[in-house]
Amino acid sequence: MSRKTISGMGAGIIILLLFPVFLPRFYVYLASVILLYGLLATSLNLVLGYGGIFQFHHAVFYGVGAYGTTLMLTKSGLPAIFAFITGPLVSAAFGLVLGIICIRLSRLYFGMLQISLGSLVWAIVYRWYAFTGGDDGIHGIPMPEMISSPKSAFYFTFIITIISLYIMWKIIRSPFGSVLQGIRDNPVRSGMIGINVRRHQLLALVLAGFFAGVAGSLFVVVDNSVFPDMLFWTLSMEIVIMCLLGGWFTFLGPMLGAAVIVGLRTFVSMYTVYWALVLGIIMVLVIFFLPSGILGYAVEKFERGFRKPEGGEQ
Amino acid sequence: MLEVTSISKTFAGFKAVNSANLTVRKGEIVAVIGPNGAGKTTLFNLITGIVKPDSGRVLFKNEDITGLQPHEISRKRISRSFQVVNVFQRLTVFENVQISVLSRERMTWNIFTPSAGLAVKETDTILESVGLLDKKNRTTALLSHGDRKVLEIAMALGGDPEFLILDEPTAGMAAEETSRCIELIKMLSRTMGLTILFCEHDMEIVFGIASRIMVMVRGCTVIQGSCDEVRCNEAVQDAYLGGSDVCL
Repeated sequence: MSRKTISGMGAGIIILLLFPVFLPRFYVYLASVILLYGLLATSLNLVLGYGGIFQFHHAVFYGVGAYGTTLMLTKSGLPAIFAFITGPLVSAAFGLVLGIICIRLSRLYFGMLQISLGSLVWAIVYRWYAFTGGDDGIHGIPMPEMISSPKSAFYFTFIITIISLYIMWKIIRSPFGSVLQGIRDNPVRSGMIGINVRRHQLLALVLAGFFAGVAGSLFVVVDNSVFPDMLFWTLSMEIVIMCLLGGWFTFLGPMLGAAVIVGLRTFVSMYTVYWALVLGIIMVLVIFFLPSGILGYAVEKFERGFRKPEGGEQ
Repeated sequence: MLEVTSISKTFAGFKAVNSANLTVRKGEIVAVIGPNGAGKTTLFNLITGIVKPDSGRVLFKNEDITGLQPHEISRKRISRSFQVVNVFQRLTVFENVQISVLSRERMTWNIFTPSAGLAVKETDTILESVGLLDKKNRTTALLSHGDRKVLEIAMALGGDPEFLILDEPTAGMAAEETSRCIELIKMLSRTMGLTILFCEHDMEIVFGIASRIMVMVRGCTVIQGSCDEVRCNEAVQDAYLGGSDVCL
């Protein structure tokens, strides 16, 4: 990483840290939601952009993480820290189970089966009033004092998001990350150089599930509530669009995509109920004009400008 | 070293490989030749586990490897290159070979060490031996066709094979690239002691480097023998060369 990138990141972090000091409460909430959605989209991108696995129903793991944390908080009586660890672990376990079932199928078929199984999980959460609160969800979840105010919730979300992003960054740069990208580009070849393709994909799914669960738990902290919509497939589509819009072959693209989508959703919803229509139009525009996403496009432009002086041998 | 006995594979009623036989001894360079659609690539896919045979057996160093998964077969130190270029498009030349080396060294489950510093020496050595070291930081998508075919071989070498299978290694190469590639194959056999099985359409190349030849027509083995035996065999001339008056 160059000095420029590091100082740019440092400046960004400081600006974000100052957010709660200057901005009204609503914007602090919005910033927290953007961060956790960004984390969620990045966790999807671990398998989608870097793994080439069409995980179409990623929201399941987000919702399961949120419900896992919530149910531990409200029903177990154990210290809150256990709840925040349990949520992501349950998500990872779901990632493993759904992964084992779906990974036999390739590409689109994987995605289709995943949507079906994920919808099953949604239906259970939606119907099981005694345990999950059914379609009402659970509201007013008690939080430890330390993270109960919007400001402290923001800082908590911020810190956890940065740590999670850092770990995912490390994973992508590790041998496992290289192998995952190799499998994305060419599964047959990967097998032929001695890589057990399915098992590596499975580990990626478990890791993605874990970090989606972290994002889900953060939502509980920020919003103090959970509801079945968190597992609904339309949210999954929104996360996929975040990745595509921001740039699914870049690391920070999904975070950018999340900021754009969540920001737009919030402001468009003030004027019209047809948010889905706007989202659809955005999707079409991205496919036609920015196939590699906003950040992907910027990186391409930058690299091209950068390479020109060398004589443009390619 | 490799013993394929009456192996068969049918795709939707079409007999791609029909009880073919093949023997490769240690240190040999064996060529498989035959007209288009004779089943050469399918035979290689059957040996490397990408396609499962309907019947027949594959023995490697007296061990039955029939029906194993590709990654299991790769672990027995059998590597292959592909006819249609089959590399990791979005990664650099270096990363392509590095993944192969990391896989052989069983480091693919490591999720926290940055891979940038791992297996650098081994990877560079391989890139140097095939002459791609100066292009190591290029994205594969930007390579010329010839270089990509060579990268294919470099990736196969990353697994430190004893037995190397090359599927039309020089297909589509320019004349100069072809002769460099032939030198490379000879070098792999001579200095690294690899046993090599390859298929090729260019007869000059086949007779130039092969120590033995297997002829395949419509999925069947017509003959296995030395270059001279194959050259003079009438059945081969009839079936493959379109008439006995053609002399090689």
